[in-house]
Amino acid sequence: MERSVSYGGNDLNLEATELRLGLPGSDEHEKQSCPSVRTSNKRASPEVAEESSSLSNSNVSDARNGDQDSAPPAKVLVVGWPPIRSYRRNSFQQKKTEADDAGAGMYVKVSMDGAPYLRKVDLEVYKSYPELLKALENMFKLTIGEYSEREGYNGSEFALTYEDKDGDWMLVGDVPWDMFIFTCKRLRIMKGSEARGLGCL
Amino acid sequence: MREERTEMSKDDDRSPPLDLRGADIAESSSKTRNCVTGSGHVTGLNPTEFQAPYPDQVLENVLENVLQFLTSRRDRNAASLVCKSWCRVEALTRSELFIGNCYSVSPKRATARFSRVRAVAIKGRPRFADFNLMPPEWGAHFAPWVAALGSAYPWLEKVYLKRMSVTDEDLKYLAENFPSFKELVLVCCDGFGTRGLAVIAKKCRQLRVLDLIESEVAESDMDWIGEFPESGITCLESLIFDCVESPINFEALERLVIRSPSLKKLRLNRFVSIGQLYRLMVRAPQLTHLGTGSFSLAEGVAHGDQEPDYESAFAACKSLVCLSGFREITPDYLSAIYAVCANLTSLNLSYANINAEQLKTVIVHCHKLQTFWVLDSICDEGLQAAAATCKDLRELRVFPIDAREDSEGPVSEVGLQAISEGCRKLQSILYFCQHMTNAAVIAMSNNCPDLEVFRLCIMGRHRPDHVTGEPMDEGFGAIVKNCKKLTRLAVSGLLTDQAFSYIGRYGKLVRTLSVAFAGNSDLGLKYVLEGCPRLQKLEIRDSPFGDAALRSGLHHYYNMRFLWMSSCRLSPPGCREIARALPRLVVEVIRDEVGMIRAECEEHIDDAFDILYMYRSLEGPRDDAPSFVTILH
Repeated sequence: MERSVSYGGNDLNLEATELRLGLPGSDEHEKQSCPSVRTSNKRASPEVAEESSSLSNSNVSDARNGDQDSAPPAKVLVVGWPPIRSYRRNSFQQKKTEADDAGAGMYVKVSMDGAPYLRKVDLEVYKSYPELLKALENMFKLTIGEYSEREGYNGSEFALTYEDKDGDWMLVGDVPWDMFIFTCKRLRIMKGSEARGLGCL
Repeated sequence: MREERTEMSKDDDRSPPLDLRGADIAESSSKTRNCVTGSGHVTGLNPTEFQAPYPDQVLENVLENVLQFLTSRRDRNAASLVCKSWCRVEALTRSELFIGNCYSVSPKRATARFSRVRAVAIKGRPRFADFNLMPPEWGAHFAPWVAALGSAYPWLEKVYLKRMSVTDEDLKYLAENFPSFKELVLVCCDGFGTRGLAVIAKKCRQLRVLDLIESEVAESDMDWIGEFPESGITCLESLIFDCVESPINFEALERLVIRSPSLKKLRLNRFVSIGQLYRLMVRAPQLTHLGTGSFSLAEGVAHGDQEPDYESAFAACKSLVCLSGFREITPDYLSAIYAVCANLTSLNLSYANINAEQLKTVIVHCHKLQTFWVLDSICDEGLQAAAATCKDLRELRVFPIDAREDSEGPVSEVGLQAISEGCRKLQSILYFCQHMTNAAVIAMSNNCPDLEVFRLCIMGRHRPDHVTGEPMDEGFGAIVKNCKKLTRLAVSGLLTDQAFSYIGRYGKLVRTLSVAFAGNSDLGLKYVLEGCPRLQKLEIRDSPFGDAALRSGLHHYYNMRFLWMSSCRLSPPGCREIARALPRLVVEVIRDEVGMIRAECEEHIDDAFDILYMYRSLEGPRDDAPSFVTILH
């Protein structure tokens, strides 16, 4: 049975997190013809983080994967899609984790503009963006601000960015968490006018 | 009508032995049948008259001698419909029993009809269960079958199971009750562990084949490899355990390989390092099929310390035609296999995260390749390289390394186009991608007329042709229209009812159809059910097909093995209607409770269900259905 469900303001805005090879703004028709997940599969229920933050916490992988057992309940978008057997799916998630480990943990350097020395954090310890932000705020004794997709980090002079595998500097928070921890090579807390500029991109 | 027809119904099922001597016939019991002479009279038994053998007895003997050579089960099924005599003789001569749906017939009925079976194949769960669309514990238990097989066929030699739940106890029963047992093949099965394997290894003295393929094997401390007999030559020909996710006793494996001169197929799991692989290969240069295990160094071993000559080990395997494994590949070692590439007909790199450059070094040698499984990490460029060399390619499968809707998508229509232009003999393709165009699919339909299996998975749901923005209708339409031998089709991307209209109009040989997130209305499903006379297996998820569409297949459901529909627009009354109209159909509705609980948080669900799974059966509702399955009537 099909149900159409609306989720109001805390939408899981898939199109915004969709990676495409193409300039932003192109393929408009693609956006229109992609109906939202919710009308076609009632199990596509996004679980919104308890904090008011609207960071996308979705984990697109299958809820019943064996390797999810020790993690908090997976936030499933669509069960069993794409149709890959969990055996195959698991073997890559496993390998990714192993490959990215430099020893135990997934440590990345964190720099802050103006600070005399860098710190290191283990990304594996955190399960979501809010957790990471909180930890960094504690570590550096500052407030990073409210993340929103439209405006980046609002409400403070700091913004959190990271260098990805391609060497580009990206705003932290745009991509799903699981994807982020695999592509993040180092973190940088930007300050001042540079930080504000990022939010308006 | 000849008179012996009526006599037949009184016959024993097992024909008495033929005896030509008249005296013996006269003295035999009243069970002997009347003799019909050439003129058609029924004569009584007269001791002085020569009694010719009963014509139907002769016929049955002749038939038996002829039918025993018939191997194709479709031919056998046809032969069994000719008349009762043929049905009986066919049943006596059938040695391989194939059960496509374990619930369509009971073990008792199957074993009662076929009395001389030596090999059994049984399939259980529907395919979509592999993708966690159904709660586990649905059914498909091997236990009732193994018990029936034990009493009916003590001489049983081979068992092949697919998507069945097999327990350690079942394996123990197999090992202990069939002294001639030779071959066990478990594909996509679960419910058993290394304990069960240990009993098989220990007790099946005639074991030739032990193949575990994509099955879930529960871990335990049991050293099952060590349970193979420690001394003497074994008859082992095939040992496949690449899906076993626990370490094995390597020393025991090495000893086993040494004592198995007939071993041709060996597929190792990822807990076997490349150094260990080397040791096995030098002991078994006669191998034809090799699964290489991890293809990287064991933990704690550094690269470059006194490493063996992997290249020469591969070169020594002159009969190698099928290579797989590479579960945790260190790409540097890939060069070791160059020597065997020229002879390979099958190469499975679908667990190897390698890039285009790395693939090219290998594929350029693979002129004879017919089957190629690979990861999309090789990109379109890698596929182009394959297309340039592998002119004999029959089967291609491209799996996604990152199986998500919004991942990068390193392969696209470019790769598909290249393959279609280079590999004209292609028969089967499974292709995962993020972006596709109708043009490339149409090109493939024109370039590869031998296609029998076309499975395209555009991972973004409802995604149109990314160049034109149009639905993918025309592409799939071209496939069903131009590929005249097409029997299996899986569709994806943005599809309207038009796509299904094409399938119904042209897909006359299609037996298996997979549909996900496609179609606009009931018409889509109607086109298919009304248009595809050979349709046997139909699996649909998340598509807007409702009760009216379901009704349109009433004329055909008895011809099908099963129909699966999940997250469509069906209602319980609609499904009940089907159950009432077709009494020999088992109509299961399955509630997926995990999914339901999550949905219930958002809104009230009343009387809803998730999955319709229906199949023809001679037995009526099964008695082992779990609580989340309701069988409608």
